[in-house]
Amino acid sequence: MSGKTLTTPISDQEIESLSVGDIFYLSGHLITGRDDVHQRVIKQGLELPVDLSGGAIFHAGPIMQQRTDEPGKYEVISIGPTTSMRMEKYEKEFIEKTGVRLIIGKGGMGPKTTEGCVNGRAVHAVFPGGCAVLAARCVEEVEDVKWLDLGMPEAMWVMRVRRFGPLIVSIDIRGNNLFEHNRKLFEERKIPIVGEICKHVDYLHGPE
Amino acid sequence: MKLQDQKEWLVDRVARFTEYSAKHLPDDVRERLRALRASETTEFARIIYDAMFDNIEKADELSRPVCQDTGIIQFFARVGTRFPLIDRLEEILRDAVLLATRRAPLRHNAVEVFDEKNTGNNVGFRIPWIETELIPESDILELCVYMAGGGCSLPGIAEVLMPLEGYEGVVRFVFDRITTYGINACPPLLVGIGIAGSVEVAAKLSKKALLRPLGSRNENPTGADLERRIEEGLNKIGIGPGGLTGNMSVMGVHIEQAARHPATLAVGLSTGCWAHRRAWIRFHGDLSYEMLSHKGAEL
Repeated sequence: MSGKTLTTPISDQEIESLSVGDIFYLSGHLITGRDDVHQRVIKQGLELPVDLSGGAIFHAGPIMQQRTDEPGKYEVISIGPTTSMRMEKYEKEFIEKTGVRLIIGKGGMGPKTTEGCVNGRAVHAVFPGGCAVLAARCVEEVEDVKWLDLGMPEAMWVMRVRRFGPLIVSIDIRGNNLFEHNRKLFEERKIPIVGEICKHVDYLHGPE
Repeated sequence: MKLQDQKEWLVDRVARFTEYSAKHLPDDVRERLRALRASETTEFARIIYDAMFDNIEKADELSRPVCQDTGIIQFFARVGTRFPLIDRLEEILRDAVLLATRRAPLRHNAVEVFDEKNTGNNVGFRIPWIETELIPESDILELCVYMAGGGCSLPGIAEVLMPLEGYEGVVRFVFDRITTYGINACPPLLVGIGIAGSVEVAAKLSKKALLRPLGSRNENPTGADLERRIEEGLNKIGIGPGGLTGNMSVMGVHIEQAARHPATLAVGLSTGCWAHRRAWIRFHGDLSYEMLSHKGAEL
């Protein structure tokens, strides 16, 4: 386990050094993008309004507040990760099209994204779910917002972050998938446990 | 107070109550999380629990929403038929959501179906969702606010089983969903199960099960036994905080039931994430009130 800090743009060497279960932090630029951004870029074929090459995307829909002293500038109130699995449908193509190196979210992603991470030499990592105030404290500045017409949660918020984390590697460039491994473990453990419970719950047509 | 003043006063209090619920976890949830944290031994579990508790404390201290997803706002009201503002209740709750959204601030989470536009204020067609139960010959209002986040609403499912699937079928239904979808929904989860005769009743009861205090048990001894068995079984799977494995899996398992049709066994499942933002308040006829879920809280 490492506690190192990566800075954007992230080099191929740095991405290669990460393995599932590693713990690290991120400094530099972090840009939010979730369902609607993936829909626009992949299904509708729109050009991304920011350069993500070598960069990091955050599956997150924040609470932002417009600053009263500087209209048009925003301050982040709360920004935790959202369920990454919702983006499974398009993430592989998204990695190919944008050259993004690091995808941050919550929970695991599936085999398509794993393939995308191997081919595109990218990593998926998780930030502790629900820890939105903690994450907001790592944001130095909200520099810009794109596609605000999608609404507050779905817009692309361009942020500068400092030691954003802890981040735990969930998919590495060698195709290892931490949550897929855990899911199989839980499925295996489930079978005898359910079998045991079922011996005690035959309530139908019980004796008078 | 004149009726109009009373109305405005209640809008303000319900807005404060909603804001408070977004920023401060209830007493029973904190207590259960503390106990779960103490039972974990692995490095991952320690890191995740440290982050969770750090986050809870910072949210309290900075008065910010614990989680950025402040959900679709749902109200569950038990209202006395003699509560002075019963006729205006729906209007009051909608206005309170508008106010809380601006003041907290809460995330904008109401997207109109078909138009696919975010309303930008958390109020939309039939939203906030309001469920009401009447209390005869009473002048109180017991109000629960629940913030239904996207992450923990995703595992939600309901199905009508053939009765001969039995309660074994119910058990399998729950375990299959929690060990797959549940992993990504911010565990340790609170698991709500509804059992009834049709799908919408089972689904609704599964959500009501999430509103019960942690540590409470089903009124029926067999129901309570089933809650215990499912809870122990899920914990043995060791999903751990954040789905990263551990010694425990859930904050609890609650079941609510309604008599079923002889030919159907419907089961519904709702889950609440660890940041379980569910608050209860009681207003009296003179509009004095007490928070039930957060002891000593001042609005």
